[in-house]
Amino acid sequence: MNQSLMRYRGRLAVLGGLGLLLAAIVAGCGQETKRQTAAKDSAIDAKMPFGSDADDAQPAAETDADKAVEVTSCDGENKVAVDKDLAGAELAQALLAQWKRDHPGRDWVADEKAAHAFNPPADNADVLQGGQSKGDVYGNFTQRDLVTWSRETEKFVAEGSRIFHGGDALGSTVGVSCDMCHPHASNTHPETYPKFQVQLGRVALLRDMIEWCIENPVRGTHLDPDGPTMRALEAYIMAQRKGAAMNYGKH
Amino acid sequence: MATLKSVETKYLEEREALFRGMRNLDRRSFLKVSAAALGATAGLAAPHSFTPVSVAQEPAGAASQPAFRFAYISDSHLYTKDVNDRFVRGLLRAVDDVNNLDPQPDFVFYGGDLAQLGQVDQLELGAAILKNLKAPLRIMVGEHDWYLDLGQKWRELFGEPTYSFDHKGIHFVVLNSVVEKDFWTERKMTPIERMKTVAGLDNGLQSSFTVGEPQRKWLETDLAKLPDDARVIVFSHSPLYKLYKKWNFWTDDADEVQAILKRFKQIVVIHGHTHQLLTNRIGNIYFHGLLSTAWPWPYAPEGMPELTIQMSRPDPFNPNDGCGDGEVRVHPDGLVDKVYSLWNRNPITVSRTYLASMGKEDIPPKPNRPSY
Repeated sequence: MNQSLMRYRGRLAVLGGLGLLLAAIVAGCGQETKRQTAAKDSAIDAKMPFGSDADDAQPAAETDADKAVEVTSCDGENKVAVDKDLAGAELAQALLAQWKRDHPGRDWVADEKAAHAFNPPADNADVLQGGQSKGDVYGNFTQRDLVTWSRETEKFVAEGSRIFHGGDALGSTVGVSCDMCHPHASNTHPETYPKFQVQLGRVALLRDMIEWCIENPVRGTHLDPDGPTMRALEAYIMAQRKGAAMNYGKH
Repeated sequence: MATLKSVETKYLEEREALFRGMRNLDRRSFLKVSAAALGATAGLAAPHSFTPVSVAQEPAGAASQPAFRFAYISDSHLYTKDVNDRFVRGLLRAVDDVNNLDPQPDFVFYGGDLAQLGQVDQLELGAAILKNLKAPLRIMVGEHDWYLDLGQKWRELFGEPTYSFDHKGIHFVVLNSVVEKDFWTERKMTPIERMKTVAGLDNGLQSSFTVGEPQRKWLETDLAKLPDDARVIVFSHSPLYKLYKKWNFWTDDADEVQAILKRFKQIVVIHGHTHQLLTNRIGNIYFHGLLSTAWPWPYAPEGMPELTIQMSRPDPFNPNDGCGDGEVRVHPDGLVDKVYSLWNRNPITVSRTYLASMGKEDIPPKPNRPSY
């Protein structure tokens, strides 16, 4: 393959990736969308008038039904009708608000931990010791910092655990999830990458092997290497090998 | 009805028998095969023929010939074909393997987890496929078969999960070792939520497996009539010992069950659930695991029995690697040679002498890849 063709393909891949990312942002974590009248109890006020579908033969007068999109949230059960112009963080917040209304008193991180115990993040209490950090802007941490680090890191790993253990979250078309071969992420050996992956004939990173599993045994679709699903899966797998010595190239 | 075989079929069968025999050649057998090969080239045998010779596979020091053998298939985890045809093909392949055994085994034992989520169509599909077996079927229940309707459909298809039978002087016992105490009512789980919780090997919301008081009572009564030197083989889906609680490679009342089995001179326990080569001996009890037709499990990170020689880490790029079925060769003393017929590898036999000698004799081949 000549250089220019490779570059061209590379650009296509980048554009494709951007397209996927945009689609992911617009859809939130929704799996299906369809037009529907905004639900009365929705937190989102459907105000934005918009044109109708491009495939409508006769553009009709604007109705309420055109203003909202129904999004199915990550649990595959909850649906929320949101303004179709809403995107990104606002959309995510709307979905989360709906989930909280449907599940009063529930803590999904605690739920995930109870179901699939995972390793806690490092303690870090030592950074509060010693006198050097007095007057040092970068190193002057408090207990509150430690709590924030721990909570946020754990949440990230919990999301990875949730996806790892859910065929639907992974987008499996054959009812297969990661934990079916890798309970507690065992036998994933992230500490051995990068290594020459004999079956691929090239050096692979952990994410290459995750991608391989998603496309083959899981029969899902390509994961954006920088997307939230891949990042969460990497986080969970790494967390579960806490304490293992890094040993890249190990077979 | 006579079976007619084409020249090609005969050729392939002989070829396969030759290569199967060559895997375990010692020097004397090698000479035997070489002589046969020489004979063939010298025109002493039919030119098409590999002249199959029966290669001695009996391990050194083991004078005994098996009294009989039975085949096993286990842990197929079926979804219906439209959802996942790979697991269906796995079970079909195992049924073909067993049907191709010549001579046929006395019976086929199915080790549990026929279905993935205990659904009616999954269990019915499994039952339909197993009907193709030529030899009689004996079946055990696994947790994946049970926790959607608490055994209703399984019972309808296969009868009661706890039973015993006698065959050629051996007393066989089949247990339901996946009894979990109610964790679902308090959490207000629906049947499918309960099923999916149990189906997750590493799901900590579920309880531990047990045989339970009523079955232990039944077991005591069932064995009461037998003398201490009786030959007994017990089947349980989970290992009847405590290996790794977090994955239910574990039976919570294993100590109580072992106490019931203790009086026998020697006794064999064969279990499913672990999807791997697994060997253990606790006193007079000899434990063997079964392979899965769906996927292999990794080894437990702690608590591995010393006698287990692990199989090498399976190749993730080959969905059949680490899977398979196998045979159990029952000797007159009631102990067994356990054959793991791995689909992508040479078969591995864990002989009765290996366990009887506490791992000193007939050591199975060691792995070359760590399992991490």
